[in-house]
Amino acid sequence: MRSVPSAERRLLTLLMLLTATAARAGEAAPPEPRPPTTLDAAALDRLVKPESREETIASLVEATDVHALPILRALLEGNLYLGPTAVLVDREGALQDALTGAPASVDREQLEQVTINNRLRRTLERAVAALSLLEDSPSGRLAAVRVLQDNPGPEVLPAVQKALAQERDREVKEALRATAAMLALASPDPGQRLAAIEELRKAHAKRRLLQQREVEKDPTVLAALDDAVREVDLALERAAMVGLFFSGLSLGSILLLAALGLAITFGLMGVINMAHGELLMVGAYATWLVQGAFRGSRHFDWYLLAALPAAFLAAAAVGALLEITVVRKLYGRPLETLLATWGASLLIVQTVRVAFGAQNVEVSNPSWMSGGVTLLPDLVLPWNRIVILLFSAGVLVGVWLLLTRTRLGLLVRAVTQDRQRAAGLGVRTPRVDLLAFAVGSGIAGLGGCALSQIGNVGPELGQGFIVDSFMVVVLGGVGQLAGTTIAAGSLGVVNKLLEPWAGAVMAKIVVLVFVILFIQRRPQGLFALRGRALEEG
Amino acid sequence: MNRGLWLAALSCAVTLAAVDARAEETIKVGILHSLSGTMAISETSLKDVALMTIGEINARGGVLGKKVEPVVVDPASNWPLFAEKARQLLTKDKVAAVFGCWTSVSRKSVLPVFEELNGLLFYPVQYEGEELSQNVFYTGAAPNQQAIPAVEYLMSKEGGGATRFFLLGTDYVYPRTTNKILRAFLHSKGVNDKDIQETYTPFGHSDYQTIVAQIKAFGAGGHTAVISTINGDSNVPFYKELGNQGLKATDIPVVAFSVGEEELRGIDTKPLVGHLAAWNYFMSVKNPTNTAFIKQWKEYVKKNSLPGGDSRVTNDPMEATYVGIHMWAQAVKKAGTIKVDAVRTAMSGQTFAAPSGFTLKMDETNHHLWKPVMIGEVQANGQFSVVWKTSKPIRAQPWSPYIPGNEKRAER
Repeated sequence: MRSVPSAERRLLTLLMLLTATAARAGEAAPPEPRPPTTLDAAALDRLVKPESREETIASLVEATDVHALPILRALLEGNLYLGPTAVLVDREGALQDALTGAPASVDREQLEQVTINNRLRRTLERAVAALSLLEDSPSGRLAAVRVLQDNPGPEVLPAVQKALAQERDREVKEALRATAAMLALASPDPGQRLAAIEELRKAHAKRRLLQQREVEKDPTVLAALDDAVREVDLALERAAMVGLFFSGLSLGSILLLAALGLAITFGLMGVINMAHGELLMVGAYATWLVQGAFRGSRHFDWYLLAALPAAFLAAAAVGALLEITVVRKLYGRPLETLLATWGASLLIVQTVRVAFGAQNVEVSNPSWMSGGVTLLPDLVLPWNRIVILLFSAGVLVGVWLLLTRTRLGLLVRAVTQDRQRAAGLGVRTPRVDLLAFAVGSGIAGLGGCALSQIGNVGPELGQGFIVDSFMVVVLGGVGQLAGTTIAAGSLGVVNKLLEPWAGAVMAKIVVLVFVILFIQRRPQGLFALRGRALEEG
Repeated sequence: MNRGLWLAALSCAVTLAAVDARAEETIKVGILHSLSGTMAISETSLKDVALMTIGEINARGGVLGKKVEPVVVDPASNWPLFAEKARQLLTKDKVAAVFGCWTSVSRKSVLPVFEELNGLLFYPVQYEGEELSQNVFYTGAAPNQQAIPAVEYLMSKEGGGATRFFLLGTDYVYPRTTNKILRAFLHSKGVNDKDIQETYTPFGHSDYQTIVAQIKAFGAGGHTAVISTINGDSNVPFYKELGNQGLKATDIPVVAFSVGEEELRGIDTKPLVGHLAAWNYFMSVKNPTNTAFIKQWKEYVKKNSLPGGDSRVTNDPMEATYVGIHMWAQAVKKAGTIKVDAVRTAMSGQTFAAPSGFTLKMDETNHHLWKPVMIGEVQANGQFSVVWKTSKPIRAQPWSPYIPGNEKRAER
């Protein structure tokens, strides 16, 4: 195909356009006139045959045939089918003839999907992007340019140049210019190659710079390539560091959410609650149940807002029950509390297993929490982690306000610091204990709701977090919110910084050893404050 | 008081006798799959499909005129517990055969028990090879029936011409051995050590942020493919992270050896379109046997109202379980007894028309099935579309020629 002289091809395209326009003018006002396209029955036939696909797509792109877009998109998305007589397109569940757009009624069993592989998917994505340059909205055009920058090919150059000539939007025009320059990497003119390298450097396209370095002969260009690769390496390293720090913070925020509830029940009240992890699990299951209730509704994307109070209340209720039946009888007897709550945790796990099955349940991310935001070309921060980071900050502020600005907080602190005197002043200490324990459990429920968005939800969910939660609270200093926060954040960051060179398994071991050593040196944790646990110990 | 005690003892004895009498009429088989813990995501449906297959055999009159009675136990993703449960099945329940295990560590754990008590284990999952026991029939793939062809495909022009490989796995015997074989294979193809990176995560690992970032950084150095031997429910957070961080299959494809339709159920696969899996069967394969198999499964799910309902799928290890149980029944019929030694002899050369569309044969000597190899790409609906497959079943090589010293090993 490529051997056809370009003037001749242009003439051919022009002719096709002309005949198509003529045909369109001649039609007696059909309900929806078919736009002129070079994609006729013969071309469509070539498009669905594996051996001729690639060149057919290339010729459509070179002819900048924007009207072929719907079919190319359908092929890319797997909506193109071979019917018994014609090629069909599935448009939102309705089958249509790919050429005429007429509705087709064919048994789906007889259809054969036109499948593509990754190699063809790359070509198709490029083709769809190149053709979208000419018709979409400015944001759509910009997205299309970005696709072409990530995934370039020589056949898209005419489309890029054509789009560049008619582009009005400044940002898109600049991106198009950069793309056109990048595409000139294979040009025989060293000046153009230098310009291409400059653009590739800006786009951090290391892989393509390396590829060019293998074949480049010109010494000046080669030197520029070396410089560019070095600079891109530096930028990538910087992006990797930022990314690593972010993942550390994200892990820290998850640890914080898991540990905040424990900071109240263990940190302030001194109850060694081995069932804390199960309260996280209860919150996650509550989220799953709420999600089930929202399934099929058009407000599905916002089920999390309803799941938050549900998770809080469910975990708080379980926590209150635990307090009344087990913990209340054992205040001041830590060993017995430990054993009894551990038993309770097994009970809760088994109950959930019986009620909902031993297998993990599926909690899906709402669409606004999927995907990520691109900070640098190589740094994508996933939305679900950003949301959880903000959420944990919110919960932290909430807990702090609760403890320092409300009557309940005042009473909890009073009972924590001196139970006898508080009781003597008329504080109903059992009631305060119950409320504080329920609130701590409810916060664990909120943590569970957040955990359901990044991990698996199953009956054993809590067991993976119980050690981490206690570690955070003890490291931070029992009874200290600030300590808990800093401990969670630093454990997360240290863990993630260690991971790249030590591996996930070793990083965990190193962190545990570090915590053991730290606690031996400084048993009171990072921050020390008087708490019931310490006084009694 | 005394009379009551007597009555109780009597009724106990009667019940025991009744149980004994019933045991005479059935042939017991064990089902040893984790129904809880990290492997439950994969193994639960193997238990379900085993029960379905046994039901099918019983509906046709059972074997040797007796009904087959499944004994289901839950080793809970706990490797030593696998050995305990296996011993219990063989000594207490006296099962004729056991269908079970997914991870190689669980198989290694039960192996001494089966060899000591001369039991029969049907193992339905692809694995690393380097093992050949008289007491095991391997109905999953050996490395040359899955891993090696998959890497060859990735290196081919159609597969994207990968030159760098990121080997990512769960930290246990199967991924480590497979990656050892793959590294030797890649060396033989001229790939240097600097273009291979091996990374492992623990079972149940759920934070794949840094690993996905590492893959991206590694991928900047040339055409890269990720070979994933992650097992169990860790796959869910891994694929979620891949999607969220925008690592696209057209850029860096991930080929998985332990991820099928079942593991992807419940993940939004739209961002994952084009990532690959290598197996010997896909649910999307079109042929009459598979259509009937899927129909039978869907009806079974509906009749027993299994969790998941309409969303339940079939996958490769389920097919291997189905084939394994049928072959065992055929072998028992041929041997005319359930005695292990006789059944073992009868197993060699057994054939079965499998849902993959091929007639599979149990090799006469090496206890492995001949299997076709298929490579599929993930579609937006969670199914796989086959992009490459062998034209006929190929023979397993349990002892990989890429591991030094194996040339001398004689196959028993």
